[in-house]
Parts: sequence; C-alpha cells; structure tokens
Amino acid sequence: MFNFNPMNFVKYLSHMGIGMLVIFIIIGVIILTTLLINKIFSPKKK
Amino acid sequence: MEIIYENLLRFTWQNGVMILIGAVLIFLAIKKEMEPTLLLPMGFGTILANIPLSSAVAEGGPIETLFNAGIANELFPLLLFIGIGAMIDFGPLLSNPKLMLFGAAAQFGIFFTLCMASMFFAENDAASIAIIGAADGPTSIAVANALNSNYQGAIMVAAYSYMALVPIIQPPVIKLLTTKKERMIRMPYEQKSVSKLTRILFPIIITFVVSAVVPEATSLIGFLMFGNLIRECGVLESLSETAQKVLANLVTIFLGLTVAFQMTADKFLKVDTLIILGLGLIAFVVDTAGGVLFAKLLNLFMKKKINPMIGAAGISAFPMSGRIVHKMGLQEDPQNFLLMHSIGVNVSGQIASVIAGGIILGFFLAK
Repeated sequence: MFNFNPMNFVKYLSHMGIGMLVIFIIIGVIILTTLLINKIFSPKKK
Repeated sequence: MEIIYENLLRFTWQNGVMILIGAVLIFLAIKKEMEPTLLLPMGFGTILANIPLSSAVAEGGPIETLFNAGIANELFPLLLFIGIGAMIDFGPLLSNPKLMLFGAAAQFGIFFTLCMASMFFAENDAASIAIIGAADGPTSIAVANALNSNYQGAIMVAAYSYMALVPIIQPPVIKLLTTKKERMIRMPYEQKSVSKLTRILFPIIITFVVSAVVPEATSLIGFLMFGNLIRECGVLESLSETAQKVLANLVTIFLGLTVAFQMTADKFLKVDTLIILGLGLIAFVVDTAGGVLFAKLLNLFMKKKINPMIGAAGISAFPMSGRIVHKMGLQEDPQNFLLMHSIGVNVSGQIASVIAGGIILGFFLAK
C-alpha cells in the first residue's frame, strides 16, 4: 500500500534536472564524436 | 471423486480476474496484433500462474527456474538487447547525428514520472515505475529488477502494453502541441554516405562514452552495441542473423513466460497496479510532449525549421514511433517524407533510454 506524500514531487525535481542534464551532456559528447569520425573517415569523393 | 472438484473449490474471484487479464492479453496479441511476441506469452503465463496450486509457479517449478535463471540476474533482457542491437541500422542517425538531441529530450517523461510516482511509492518502486517511460522492455525489466521493485509484474505489463499502444497514444499528443502549419514543415532528406569504418567505430565509442559517465548502464549499452557491432563488422553474417532471429525470438519466449511469475493475483490485483498503469501512461505522454516541445524550442533559433513531430519519435518504441510520425507527416502533406529523419530520431531514443536507465540506477541502486 502507498502513502500519499505530495512534497516528494518537489524533492525529486533535482533528480529530474540532473538526469536530463547528464543525458544531454552524454548525447552531446556522442554527437561531437560522431561528427569527428564522420569527418575523418568519410568516404572519399571521386 | 473428491479429487476432481477439490482444486476447483480453491478458485477465488481473484484467480478468475487474473485469468481474464491473461485472456485479454492473448486477445490483444492475436486479434489486435499488439506486441504479440510479448503479450501472448505473458497472457498465457498469467493463466498458468493463477491456477490454484499451479505446478508452473510452484517452488522449484519451471517458471521460477526460468525467472531465477534469466530475470533475477537480468540475463534475459541483456541477451535480448544483443538481438535488438543487431536489428538496428544507425545509418540515418550517423548521417545526421544532431537528431540524437531529440532522443535525449524524449526521455523527459521518465524523470517527470519519477517525481509523480514518488508521491505514491517508495523510492525504488517510484524509480522502477518511472522507467516505463523508457518505452523499452529490456531496460524496464533490468532496472525494475535491479532496484528490487515490488511491482515488477505491473511495470512489465504497463511497459509492453503502452509500447503496443504508441499508435494510439502519440498522435493526439502531437496534434495538441503542434499547429497544422508546423506539421506541414518539410524536411528534405539529403543522403550522406557513411563509411563502414564509422559504422564499426560508432558502437565501440558509444559503449565507452556512456559507460565512462554512467557505469551502471554498461551492461545495457554494452550488449546493445555488441549486437550492433556484430551486424556492422561485415564478417559475422551468420551470428548477426542468429542474434536478430533465433536469439531474439528464443529470449522473447522465455521473457514473456517468465514475467508471468510476477502476475499472480496477490501481486497484481491492488489499487497500486491501477496507479502504476496511470503513471505509465503519463510517462509516455510526457515523453512525446518533451520531444515535440524541444523541437519547437529549437525552431525559435533556427532559420531552417524542423518539423516538431520528429521530436515525438525520440521515444524508444522502435520502429513504430518513427513510422507514426512519418505517417502523420504524409497525412498533412503527401509530399513530405519524414521517415529517414524520424527513424534516425527513433534509434537515438534507444540509446538515450539506456542512458536514462543507467542514470536511474546510478541515483537509486544501493551501493
């Protein structure tokens, strides 16, 4: 059974902020890395 | 003679309701073709699990054995991820990596649902419920199990059912948040070739980058990318085919049946289950909204506008979400082909959902 505790919504907002920030940072690193390897290893145009 | 009706007398109304739920899952799988690979084994397993004194779920019985062999240690979801990784073509994403931003934005529903669920449930259960928003079965199972959630059955049913209901859930949310003009924005696709070396390096680099920052996600991202590497290396055709077909199908059968171990009346028939189903729906809706609104935000700063619908494809329900966005684009403008963009965003959602799963574990897994 559960206990309704509305204040927990506020308590976990920081997790929301940190979680989304970390996801965007990791995705940002992946994007930059992918752009770099695309540039280095792109098929040579004849 | 007594032995014939003795067991029948043990049937309770709760058994009846659960058997009916199992039958409904089977109906949805066969008649409506909603995620039949999972819903049918889950439905049948639910029936097996709710027959009084069922030997299928008895201590040491086959389902418990399978559960301990593959769910309790998260093995089955990880093996399934090898198959899923082998099925994914990252080509559209590699030719336009910026699409990954939408995959990131569409995980917002997970964290929003964490806040919502925390009002009703303990931390580990709230986090496990939130991960329904990953729209990814293996991630949901792995996280819920690692966090030792008391609601694994309800979470799994919610996760797979809502994945199957994506064609019903997403379009109204997308239409509510966009104008017709926005939905008609064209995004011509410029094919850029991606080298084989890039395709091989990508899964290796992703594994390293994600694991370095979120080590809790190493298993999930590692197995997913291993499957993709088998596909892309070009020298393991038979392994790739085995992973995509035999391995994925075999594990899916075991997974579906074994989830039923959690689908007994005492665990499932509670008010909590209804709340979990409601929160799961919120997760999917807010995921969709997050992706769409992020695209609209970017459009404020960009000269070349993005069709905001592609943001909705950032949830991990692959490839259904990508196809839905493409279809909605065609409905508005028969000359607007969004498929390559939406599929690119869709596969990025797969990566982002695994990252989100790792972050959730990082927050709440007891060290």
